[in-house]
Amino acid sequence: MIEVLPADGLVIVAKRECHTCVLVEPVMQSLDRAGPLTVITQDDPAFPSGVGRVLDDQQLERSFHLNIEAVPTLIRYEGGREVGRTVGWDRAEWTRLAGAAAAGDGLPAWQPGCGSRSVEPGVQETLIARYGDPGLKSREIAVGEWDDPIEACFERGWSDGLPVVPPTDERILRMLGGTDRKPGEIVGLIPPNLAPCTVEKVAINAVMAGCKPEYMPVVLGVLEAALDPLFVLHGLLCTTHFSGPLVIINGPAAKAVGMNSGVNALGQGNRANATIGRALQLIVRNVGGGLPGGMDRATLGNPGKYTFCFAEDESDPDWEPLAQRRGIAAGKSAVTLFHAEGVHGFIDQKSRTPEELTRSLAMGLFGVGHPKLCDAGNAVLVLSPEHYRIFREGGWNRRRIEEELYQALKRPGRDLIHGAQNVPEGLPASMADKIVDKFQPDGLLIVRAGGPAGLFSAIIGGWPGQRVREECQAVTHEIR
Amino acid sequence: MNHTSKLRDPTAETSPTRRARLAPPPSLDGKVVALMDIGKSRGAEFLDRLEGHFKAAGVTTRRYRKPTNTKVAPAAVLQTIAAEAQLAVIALSD
Repeated sequence: MIEVLPADGLVIVAKRECHTCVLVEPVMQSLDRAGPLTVITQDDPAFPSGVGRVLDDQQLERSFHLNIEAVPTLIRYEGGREVGRTVGWDRAEWTRLAGAAAAGDGLPAWQPGCGSRSVEPGVQETLIARYGDPGLKSREIAVGEWDDPIEACFERGWSDGLPVVPPTDERILRMLGGTDRKPGEIVGLIPPNLAPCTVEKVAINAVMAGCKPEYMPVVLGVLEAALDPLFVLHGLLCTTHFSGPLVIINGPAAKAVGMNSGVNALGQGNRANATIGRALQLIVRNVGGGLPGGMDRATLGNPGKYTFCFAEDESDPDWEPLAQRRGIAAGKSAVTLFHAEGVHGFIDQKSRTPEELTRSLAMGLFGVGHPKLCDAGNAVLVLSPEHYRIFREGGWNRRRIEEELYQALKRPGRDLIHGAQNVPEGLPASMADKIVDKFQPDGLLIVRAGGPAGLFSAIIGGWPGQRVREECQAVTHEIR
Repeated sequence: MNHTSKLRDPTAETSPTRRARLAPPPSLDGKVVALMDIGKSRGAEFLDRLEGHFKAAGVTTRRYRKPTNTKVAPAAVLQTIAAEAQLAVIALSD
């Protein structure tokens, strides 16, 4: 219980580490001799010396309730009400509020103060959580005194199998500080249960995923894209197929949050890549109720269902980034979501011309789903810098690469029908006389990423659900 | 209980905050019941009586025992019970 301040008199909030507070220590002593004075000290109960009533506020509760932004702060109370306040050292102001005893002979006329400990980064949210009203609507879950909060999250089924960051009020408030959107705003209905998901629920799951507050606009953009009916998130969750959402970020937002588009771009080690993708999966799990073995019926799944998120390498000004190719204005940030199975490595260290590499890539891309199937999903091709260099030096831009690969991915149906090549899997016999495309016309998404060394690219197969183009596609949304 | 930590629910809040107890099985047919002696005095006596009742009802039982009543059961004992039985009775009383 904090001590009650006097109804009449002066209150000064100070801290020893503030040079201005130390400067005015004689003034505080003078005011203490002149009348009722209470000093609230933020960091050292022994400071200031020579003052009768010093309240220890190392827990900052008093500073929080008094809304202190800088120290020293001098407040005058009359009849239980605050009637005047000044910040820093200003002889004219101090003497106006406190009289001649505050003259501070020998001191400069004016000196600015320091920031209050109660408004240091991250502290404000903790103080709101401890002493104020956080304004959060999600119900509270009490964890026992001796229980480990991380284990409590596991026991409640809130985890994807890896430890989550316990969603405390201070962490949630910090996360909400990363967006201007209201906590109560409903972002959408999360499948499979079609549960309403507020910005606050997004923040809670982003905390658990390990996101930093500045990731929030990206996480919200990813979620809104995932809820585009054309992305068919419900079906992607429920499928027996391997697929899960792949998140590709373009534009300044990727740089702003430090996403990786270079060495090991599809792998581990970058917080933004790892946690933004994970946040989406945790929202589906926790808000939507999409649990493996429940509505998630994947036969095998894939490791990307923990998280699968990276940024495109936009360092080459001649390269048209994926988001711009898909209609987003240059300079804007965007998310592209694709129904992705795992990464299939593609090796070609012999091709030296665009034509050779195109034919070679087509051989790899034919393997998506099954070499004899043409409706087993589209694909993402992640071109590494060394493979891209072959195209660039040959004068091929994105559009040319797409068109040449599209042509190279046509095959005679007779090679693909049931029984052809002594393999039952394949297309209906009625396709025997047709020329068949491996992917839909815009079904191959090409994106640049990866480290500078290695004549490797990555093929990421899609989902058979993409075969009905009017019902299911990759989606690209601007991040606002 | 003195709660020192408070979390916010990340779910759609469609289920109770307390974890629901597992529903009892509709029948004990084909089930194995673990009889767990926590090592306190006369616990074995209580389990002997229960074992007799289960046997009379045609239910298979297996006996398990903690090494000491002063510590939680070793993981190996719990894993063995989980692998070999579908239900468990723990003799808690003196």
